[in-house]
Amino acid sequence: MKRFYLLLVAVAVIGGGALWYGSQRSPASPPPPLPPVPSTQPAVAAADAFHGYTLGSDSAPIEVTEYSDFECPFCASFATVQMPVIREQLIATGRLRWRFRDFPLPSHKYSRYAAMAAQCAGEQGKFWEMHDQLFNNHQWAQTGKNPRGLFRDFARAIGLDLDKYDACMDGQRYAARIEASVQEGEAVGVRGTPSFFVNGRPYTGRGTSDDFKALVDSLIKKHK
Amino acid sequence: MIRRQAIVLLALVGLLVATYLWLYKMGVLGELQCGTGSCEAVQASRYAELLGIPVAFYGVAGYTALMALGLAGLQPTFAADRRVGALLATLATVGFAFSLYLTAIELLVLHEICRWCVASAVIMTAIWVLSIVDLRHPPATRP
Repeated sequence: MKRFYLLLVAVAVIGGGALWYGSQRSPASPPPPLPPVPSTQPAVAAADAFHGYTLGSDSAPIEVTEYSDFECPFCASFATVQMPVIREQLIATGRLRWRFRDFPLPSHKYSRYAAMAAQCAGEQGKFWEMHDQLFNNHQWAQTGKNPRGLFRDFARAIGLDLDKYDACMDGQRYAARIEASVQEGEAVGVRGTPSFFVNGRPYTGRGTSDDFKALVDSLIKKHK
Repeated sequence: MIRRQAIVLLALVGLLVATYLWLYKMGVLGELQCGTGSCEAVQASRYAELLGIPVAFYGVAGYTALMALGLAGLQPTFAADRRVGALLATLATVGFAFSLYLTAIELLVLHEICRWCVASAVIMTAIWVLSIVDLRHPPATRP
């Protein structure tokens, strides 16, 4: 019996030590993985020639550009409540093309990192899948925890090549592209997220699927 | 008696696993070591909390109770007391059912697997089997 208690104490000490070591090794609030790029850094939008991922037909008569922040709760609400209807009724029917532009707000600690995750997924042809993961599982934005491991889980869930994803994230491959998107947004007057532009013009209406549907209907009538 | 020792030892390992997940949930640990699983996706899901309390905390409480009961059952005073065996089996059955529920959520709803959760489920299953056998064949009293 004495041996048993010794074994018990040994397991408790080793396990407790491992937990203590783990808590010392990985601080709860590490610095943000991707600090904002200083605004003095030249954007590479022109060199990159990238103007956002799109959904929908190239021949759709109307294009909405959305400036969004993955950490923003309003953007998440829009993406999960309104966007599915817009996708089904307007985008899938060829009446509307949707363009996504990054506009990570400086007040959000991990939004640039999330934007990077989406861009790195986009590199493997799965931008929208990562977009959906980031918005559908938005609890990460409320915890304040470093989401590195979680985003990697998302990447795995959508079938990304993790070695390529890691290399992209570690190298911050699209930092300049994200910064270019921010600068572009600022240049056209974006102040908050989500912000919408319809065929290049600022949209000041409500961000609901019904309003977008009415707008698209009226614009298509005008075109005819 | 060996079965109760095994239950205590398994409960201790389960307690360590649950504590690890609980510390992560509380923000004490920055990142879970998960290997090929999707621990953080599971832990970040809404199913990682029940009634506003992290599921891992239920694990900490459950394993602590199982360990305490198992240790009590090792003492000569309670070794032959069937109530200890019955309590152990009852608690282990609740834990086993809860583990089944959580594993079903992982497999059928989240389609993600958290290795630490699987480890806990395996430990709880082993405890449940041992506690049922222990209930049917209680330790003999020494003359």
